[in-house]
Amino acid sequence: MENLISIGVRSIFIDNMIFAYFLGMCSYLAVSKKVSTAFGLGLAVIFVLGVTMPINWMIQNYILVEGALSWISPELAKTDLTFLQFIIFIAVIAAMVQLTEMAVEKFSPTLYSSLGIFLPLIAVNCAILGGALFMVGRPYNLAEATVYGFGSGIGWLLAIVALAGVREKMKYSNVPAPLRGLGITFILVGLMSLGFLSFLGFSL
Amino acid sequence: MSTAVAESAEVVEKKSESLFSKKNRKLITNPLDIDNPITVQVLGVCSALAVTTQMKPAFVMALSLTIVTASSNVIISLMRNSIPSRIRIITQLAIVSLWVILVDQLLKAYVYEVWKQLSVFVGLIITNCIVMGRLEAYAMGNKPGASLLDGLGNGFGYGMILMIVAFFRELLGGGSLFGFKVFEAMGFHYQGNGLMLLPAGACVILGIVIWVQRSINGYRETH
Repeated sequence: MENLISIGVRSIFIDNMIFAYFLGMCSYLAVSKKVSTAFGLGLAVIFVLGVTMPINWMIQNYILVEGALSWISPELAKTDLTFLQFIIFIAVIAAMVQLTEMAVEKFSPTLYSSLGIFLPLIAVNCAILGGALFMVGRPYNLAEATVYGFGSGIGWLLAIVALAGVREKMKYSNVPAPLRGLGITFILVGLMSLGFLSFLGFSL
Repeated sequence: MSTAVAESAEVVEKKSESLFSKKNRKLITNPLDIDNPITVQVLGVCSALAVTTQMKPAFVMALSLTIVTASSNVIISLMRNSIPSRIRIITQLAIVSLWVILVDQLLKAYVYEVWKQLSVFVGLIITNCIVMGRLEAYAMGNKPGASLLDGLGNGFGYGMILMIVAFFRELLGGGSLFGFKVFEAMGFHYQGNGLMLLPAGACVILGIVIWVQRSINGYRETH
């Protein structure tokens, strides 16, 4: 249990998807103009990450790794399918995103229209595939992988809502014209990431 | 930005022999400057920030992405009339992951050290928005030849920004370029600036690169 809490806190604050690994930057920069939209996208990302992570964990450990298929026949004990990782993971993710899209369209048409193209693009949000690939490289079990998925999602939500909050106020400040928009946003992200560095001091 | 200008001039010369029209040249030169995938279209930013601590991995990454973008552009463009629009995203992802798996295995076989340094980011080319963005915006509606150029152009544009950011980060962060100790060779000691190697340094440098580029080409954004 302690272990799970530690992984959760670590994935939200210390190994934050945005501030430590820059994953999911495209939609992070493009959808962070309004807090409400940012929050909606953040929730969708938490959902997709939290659901795909355990599914991908099971696929990885029961199908892809060397020797995982030995339950079918002993001849397959040496089969190593890990080179199929990318394509299988992305297929799972794309399917889950399709489901999320249908759910959001049904239950919240306003959110659906304000997210626009970025909802289907969660499928190509690096945070989702990146999370799955990080998970593979670490010795997590199923419960830990699930917590890691949700934790990373929450960290992403935190980052995008914080940036959207700052950018809403930025409208009223006098930024040099060439720096406006993307340039100043990058510098903001840099400063926020500097702030998040202070969490490195936590010993868990 | 003089490097950018020099680079684009060179590319124009190389391409203008085989590919004639002004329009085709634009396909290569626009992504370098006014239509840059990173600084204007805001695509593919994740890897641009993450792999740029040193120039060598940044170069390998830029090369891999150029190959993947150009070749998947061509394939999707060849298939564009037979892909049903409802399942186009998954079709595109399948084609892109095919190329990424090939590149990944090649890197693993020939440049293992760099492959280890790039870690998950080679795999993340699949979800790199530049690839998907070009497939959606260009290859789905244009001929294979032009799509190839478009893919190459965007790959170069991405690579250019990657090399600029990596140049400053490696030089200021570790005092070296491509692993060559510049300051030591010049005969004095340089204490590396650790901030440059942190995520924060990458964001700030990219922000400044955008500022300089937009001051020169006049591109403006209203908040």
